[in-house]
Amino acid sequence: MVTLVLPRLMDVSAASRRSVSVAERNVSALKSIYWLLLVSGFIEPLLYLFSIGVGVGALVGDLTLPGGTVVSYAAFVAPAMLAASAMTGSFAETTFNFFGKMKYMKLYDGVIATPVQPFEIALGELAWAMLRGSAYSGAFLVVMVVMDLTTAARAVVAFPAAVLVGFTFGAIGMTIATFMRSWQDFDVLASAQFVLFLFSGTFVPAQAYPTLLRWLVEVTPLYRAVHLIRGITVGGGGWTWLLDIGYLLVVLAVGLFIASRRMSRLLYR
Amino acid sequence: MTTAQPLIQARGLVKRFGGFTAVDAIDVAVRAGEAFGFLGPNGAGKSSTMRMIGCVSPPSGGELRILGMDPVRDGPEIRARLGVCPQLDTLDPELTVRENLITYARYFGIARRVARLRAAELLDFVQLSERADSKVEPLSGGMKRRLTIARALVNEPEIVLLDEPTTGLDPQARHLVWERLFQLKQQGVTLVLTTHYMDEAEQLCDRLVVMDGGRIVAEGSPRVLIEQHSTREVVELRFAGESQEPFASKLEQLGERVEVLPDRILLYVPDGDAAVAEVTALGLHPINVLVRRSGLEDVFLHLTGRTLID
Repeated sequence: MVTLVLPRLMDVSAASRRSVSVAERNVSALKSIYWLLLVSGFIEPLLYLFSIGVGVGALVGDLTLPGGTVVSYAAFVAPAMLAASAMTGSFAETTFNFFGKMKYMKLYDGVIATPVQPFEIALGELAWAMLRGSAYSGAFLVVMVVMDLTTAARAVVAFPAAVLVGFTFGAIGMTIATFMRSWQDFDVLASAQFVLFLFSGTFVPAQAYPTLLRWLVEVTPLYRAVHLIRGITVGGGGWTWLLDIGYLLVVLAVGLFIASRRMSRLLYR
Repeated sequence: MTTAQPLIQARGLVKRFGGFTAVDAIDVAVRAGEAFGFLGPNGAGKSSTMRMIGCVSPPSGGELRILGMDPVRDGPEIRARLGVCPQLDTLDPELTVRENLITYARYFGIARRVARLRAAELLDFVQLSERADSKVEPLSGGMKRRLTIARALVNEPEIVLLDEPTTGLDPQARHLVWERLFQLKQQGVTLVLTTHYMDEAEQLCDRLVVMDGGRIVAEGSPRVLIEQHSTREVVELRFAGESQEPFASKLEQLGERVEVLPDRILLYVPDGDAAVAEVTALGLHPINVLVRRSGLEDVFLHLTGRTLID
């Protein structure tokens, strides 16, 4: 029994060590210019929160959620901004940067000559993307608590949820990146991302849409992410958060699987 | 492992890309400690073979064993013991020279402290210590290649795979690379390299195979190949005029073989100087005459009817 289990365990530990080495590479590559990018990723959702959440919110007034909870418009919008920034953060890393490393820098052609395998590259890059996404989320949650849009206790629970959101979008982004042919394709992606951002129950409850559209909105990953985080930061919604988590985990697993399969195909020519 | 067992063993190895067969059923055995070469023109299947040996390209057919293992199933285990210097540099442009080596060592699971020491040693070995903290991009082609070779050594590999290690380098840079590779060979590292340079193959390889169109057309040490497939000496003759062809027929009786190239005629003979005297005796007056020893270029020309670099 031991002899059967032990090699498997060693396999897992070697694989995770190799994934860490891939993430480590990005730490070494961190340069001063990069910090500007990081800061911009944090500022963007804040600007939306102030302009729409607070600004438009002053016109809209309070909102009654389906569960009966009454919240300020800013408190309604804030968790959506949090989910969207987790998405943006890990997308930036897993689509644009990942594509550049794979297709233009030919970085992974060098990496696959070592014991590191495509799945481990995917996992390592995802872990790195998640780090970046989490940094945004943590900072944003602090702002939410300070602005009294949620409580500190709820923020603590919302943080791992935001990390999961980052992970899931990272896996989606990486899968998309393996299908990208050139930088032009990123314009299409940016448009798609913006549509998702506008219509995922971010600024208006999904109940406001016609049934068919509502149904469409509710199956998008960003809607589920917003729904999950909003449920935590403002309460209400019952046990549907379990559905959200299940959904995000499945997308994460499928995304990671497809991404590493695609990478194997592209790299092991 | 017994010493008799080859480190790399291929039988009927095939690589296909769609309908195109890049490697067409080759048999190769590389023994421990030898420097083994794949010689051939561009498109001969050398790089595809190297990628299969490097476990980054699954074979389409045949059998391949590396260090006694299966490259598809045991890829990570095999690659842990290989050093790879690919044809195109895959250095990390966002890292410095030193960071490139340390980061690469980390992919092999080498502790950071050890990686730092080894990076310093290797930079010294390839004479790049002064550029340790420079970015990769401003380095010259020769420096980048030396860095790639250093990177291939970071895990103290048993086999080093070098795909055209000196292509595109100036003569001085080439000699420096050759020196380092020769030193590695002296240390007992098994070298496998591809090249389309004859002098490189003759300088570095104990044994080589000549590849053309995905097949192996000859195998042996450079000396044996020359003995088998060429004469001792070659006379290169250039005649004035549009075409060299009319002169070739007159020369046929003088040597074992005559090859006509666009700009000159090669006359294969045991004694070059004697042959030059006979050419003059025939009343022919070439504008240029060169007598030299046979090389692998001549072997290739004989086997395939084509020159290596065209």
